This record gives sequence, structure tokens and C-alpha cells, in this order.
Amino acid sequence: MFISIFGAFESGIIYALMALGVYLSFRVLDFPDLTVDGSFVTGAATAAILIMNGQSPFVATIAAVIAGFLAGCITGILHTKGKINPLLSGILMMIALYSINLRIMGQSNIPLLGKTTIFTSITSAWENANLSAPFNSVVSALGIPGTPKTWAILFFSLIITLIIKFITDYFLKTEMGLAIRATGDNEKMIRSFSANTDILIIIGLGISNAFVALSGAMIAQHGGFADVGMGIGMIIIGLASVIIGEALFGTKTIARTTLAVIGGAVIYRIVVSLALRVDFLETGDMKLITAVIVIAALVTPKILDSQRERRRRLRKKAEVELAALEEGEKRNAAT
Amino acid sequence: MLQLNQVFLTFNEGTMDEKKALQDVHLDLKRGDFLTIIGSNGAGKSTLMNIISGSLVPDTGNVLIDGSPVTHLQEYKRAQLIGRVFQDPMAGTAPSMTIEENLAMAWSRNKKRGLKPGVSKKRKELFKEHLESLNLGLEDRLTAKVGLLSGGERQALSLLMATFTEPKILLLDEHTAALDPSRAELITSLTAEIVDKFQLTTLMVTHNMQQALDLGNRLIMMDKGQIIFDVDETEKQNLTIEKLLNEFQRIRGEKMASDKAVLG
Repeated sequence: MFISIFGAFESGIIYALMALGVYLSFRVLDFPDLTVDGSFVTGAATAAILIMNGQSPFVATIAAVIAGFLAGCITGILHTKGKINPLLSGILMMIALYSINLRIMGQSNIPLLGKTTIFTSITSAWENANLSAPFNSVVSALGIPGTPKTWAILFFSLIITLIIKFITDYFLKTEMGLAIRATGDNEKMIRSFSANTDILIIIGLGISNAFVALSGAMIAQHGGFADVGMGIGMIIIGLASVIIGEALFGTKTIARTTLAVIGGAVIYRIVVSLALRVDFLETGDMKLITAVIVIAALVTPKILDSQRERRRRLRKKAEVELAALEEGEKRNAAT
Repeated sequence: MLQLNQVFLTFNEGTMDEKKALQDVHLDLKRGDFLTIIGSNGAGKSTLMNIISGSLVPDTGNVLIDGSPVTHLQEYKRAQLIGRVFQDPMAGTAPSMTIEENLAMAWSRNKKRGLKPGVSKKRKELFKEHLESLNLGLEDRLTAKVGLLSGGERQALSLLMATFTEPKILLLDEHTAALDPSRAELITSLTAEIVDKFQLTTLMVTHNMQQALDLGNRLIMMDKGQIIFDVDETEKQNLTIEKLLNEFQRIRGEKMASDKAVLG
């Protein structure tokens, strides 16, 4: 149980990068960008093929980020210069990327077992310093059975994700970041203040998909393979993370929202891993579970709100009736 | 400062819906001129604004700002020179962003938008100073979301954002039409104050004839895509709503079409 939740937490932190990308396109730019399903794999494929050919895993990961950025830019160009509807430009790019990803990999699956990845190099340094021991002793002191193989992956991913989060927070408050947010909020207004909204949308989608590709590259190295089908439904998982996070942790400031998105990604993974422990559910039911989680995250806050509103009205009604009753009694006493 | 030469624009040419929006429009504004534009619905007032701002490109003719042609300069580039306030109070601000962030975006109008923080300490002070001049208490609400402001407050903010970088030209498109009478009056007096303070070359479209007579040093009346009446400063001082309506009847040989235009 602990091990599976630990695993879910670990991968949730990596998927959070993808969720931050989805937050940028979906929420900040108000652009429902389906490129994500393709650019996630582009990141994984680029990193995997470079690692297989003996490149340094760090160089491979950076190359993956650049590839994702370019893919996002093309979606942006299709929309702004080609005047194609946002949904359609994302879908077109997603389909195109499927073939491009196959070309990058040269086959539909690249195994990375036994290769040096960012995680293997970090893990061996970590374990040589024997840094997992204190955490493991805490876990066993709490009486939890089982200890994870290493804590290196968790902490390394957490650091990367937090760095990206802080960069995002800062960027969205810069002059360019403000203009990108305004583009999603009121495009006509920011154009009247001399902002080139076409370029802003292109850059915004580029950054969004760069994050997604980084997530894909890290998931491939974490899981030990890249597969051409690994991106299917990724946009829904990203949306689920954004929606769950926002509903649970709030959206008061940007820093709060990006933290909420990361939290949402982790919680999504934990819920899925718990659901899969239920006997009659199989791995193939994953997508169905995802759909149910997203529906629940979308519908529950609305139901809670309307219940709260109904209770408030009932209370108000009771107050008014009580006041009327007292008024009547007063009048009776007077006569 | 602003020059329009032989501007023609026709919508849906060659179809049943053909509409001659602008026909042979000439206009020449000097620096610091404040022009008010009146005319019934469909007279071409907003089209004229959109031609100047670059949202629309004329079929023929050209637009010059400060002597250089801008007819085919893209809207966002031209916006460096032109401040604009729209009729809809929602249109001029970004509702989900704060007052200071909105001001920061407006402040970057004629600067390159880079990776420096949009709201710095120094700018905050500057924004506060400018907000104080509105007398609405907005200077104490710098971090409030603009979506929470009332229509009048938003329009005052839009006006400040459009003007405090001192653009060469200010376009006001019925910017008080969506407000209640007292708010409209407030925005009208703010407009006069700000235009005077920065000595802005201004064009204001309005359906309110009294407002058109009170503000500015020049007035034009438009009908069916043409400027049919052009009054300079001295003539304008003796003008009344009645005289304007009579003038319209004399020129066009018919009564002014829109009831809205008579509301004074």
C-alpha cells in the first residue's frame, strides 16, 4: 500500500510538469490545446532516441524540451496565421505529431533498460552517499511496512517541478507574462495597448508544450521506455490535474494556482493507483477511471455550491418568517 | 497631426447588403485638437474610428499620423500611437487581472515587453499618483481584480490607461454611453480634465449632443458615410442642439433619423 502510494506520488510529481503546461494553455491563454497528446510523446521519443544513441541524458532531455517548444509554436502558427480554430489546430498538430514521433523513434517502442538516464545517474550518486537511509528509518519508525527502493527520484523530480513552478510564477508577472495573461483574458484590450497577440499566443503555446515534452522525457526515463501510444488521453489527465487542484487548493494567486495544479496531478495519480487496487478494476479501465474522476471534479463543486445556496435561502426564509411572527405577536399584545 | 485623405470604404461590395460606410472622407486635425463626432446610427462614425485605429483598412485613400502614412500599418503597431476607450466598460480592461497589472500593461504601450517584472516598486508609486487624480479611491485598491470594479470605475481606469502614456491620438468611442447619467457626467469631466492635462489630440464619438457641444474645439456631423457639417471653434461656441438639428434638416432635406441622437 505505502509502496504503491509512494510510486503514485513520484510519478505524480513528474506528470505535474505536464499539468503546468496544460494550465498555461488551457487557463492562462484560454486555448484548449490538444497538441499535448502528441508533444508528450515527442518529448519522450526525442529523449529516448538520443539516450539510445549514447547521448548524455541531460542533453537528451533539453533536446526534448526544445522539440516540444517547436511543436507548440507550430500549433500557435496554425491558429494565428492560418486562422484555424484552436481545437482544430491542436487536433491537427496531434495527428501530425503521431507520424513525426514514429519517424523520430524509427520504431513504435524504444526500451531504455540498462541505459544511463537522468534518474540512474542521480540515484547512484544519492545511494553512494546513503541519503535514503534516514528517510527509510523514519518510515519504519512510523510502523509502515515496506521501504521504497530509493528516494532520489522523488526528490530530484520534486526539485525540477518546483523550479519550473517558480519560473512560471515569475514569468507570468513579467511584462511579457502579463501580456500573455491578458491575451487569454481580453484579447481586444491588450491589442489596443500595442501587444502582438499572435506572437504572444505562439510563445505561450511553445512554453506550454515545452513543459509537456519535459514531462514526457522524464516519464520515459522513469518508466524505462518510450512508446508511440503513451500520450493517448494525456490532455484529459492534464485537465483532471488542473481542475482537481483548483477545486481543492484554490486559485487566489498565481503562485497558489500553480501549486494547486501540482497538488492536483499528485492526487490524481494517488486516486488512480487506489482505484486500481479494487479487485474488479483492470489496467485497461484506466481511461474510464480518468473520465469518472474528471466528471466528479467538475460536478462536485457545483453540487456543493447549490446545496450551500439552498441552505442559505432556507435560513433566510426562516429568519424572515420568525421576524414576521414576532411582529404579529407584538401587535396582538398591543391590541 | 492626423490626416485622412479621400477615404472610401464599402462593406459587402456587389451583394444585396452593400453598404457604403465611408465616402470620400477628408479630415485634418492639428495637434491638440479635440474633435467631437455626431450622427445617427449607421452614419459611419465607428467605421471612421476603426479606420484610424487600424481595425479596418480603407478601400482607397490614406491615413497619416504626424505626416507619416499608417494606412497599412497593423493595428497593434499603430496602437503605440493611439489610445482608445471603447463603449463597453468590459472591453478596455482585463477583468481577471489586478488594477496594477492592468496599468502595467498599459504603461508598456510604447515600450518593448521583456522579462522584467511588470509591476515594480517604482511603477507602483507612479500608478498610485495617476490613480489619485481620478478621485475614486482606486489608489488604495491596487491589488483588487478589475472584474470587481463597477462600470464607472472601470471606464475611469480605461480612460487613465488609454491616456497616461500620452499617445499622439486618443479615440473615444461613445465611452460614456453604457453608464448611468451621474457616472457619465463624471467620466465626461474626467475626459475634459485629462485631455487638457496631456494636451491630447482627441476624437470623440457621441450620441449625446449636449456632450458634443460642451467638449472639444471642433465638431463634425456625419451621415451616410459622409462628413456633412464641420464646425470650428468660434462657430461651435454659438451652437445649440436646436441649431444643429435645423442645420441637419437644411442639408439633408429630412429630419434626423434616430431618436437617440436627439436625446440631449
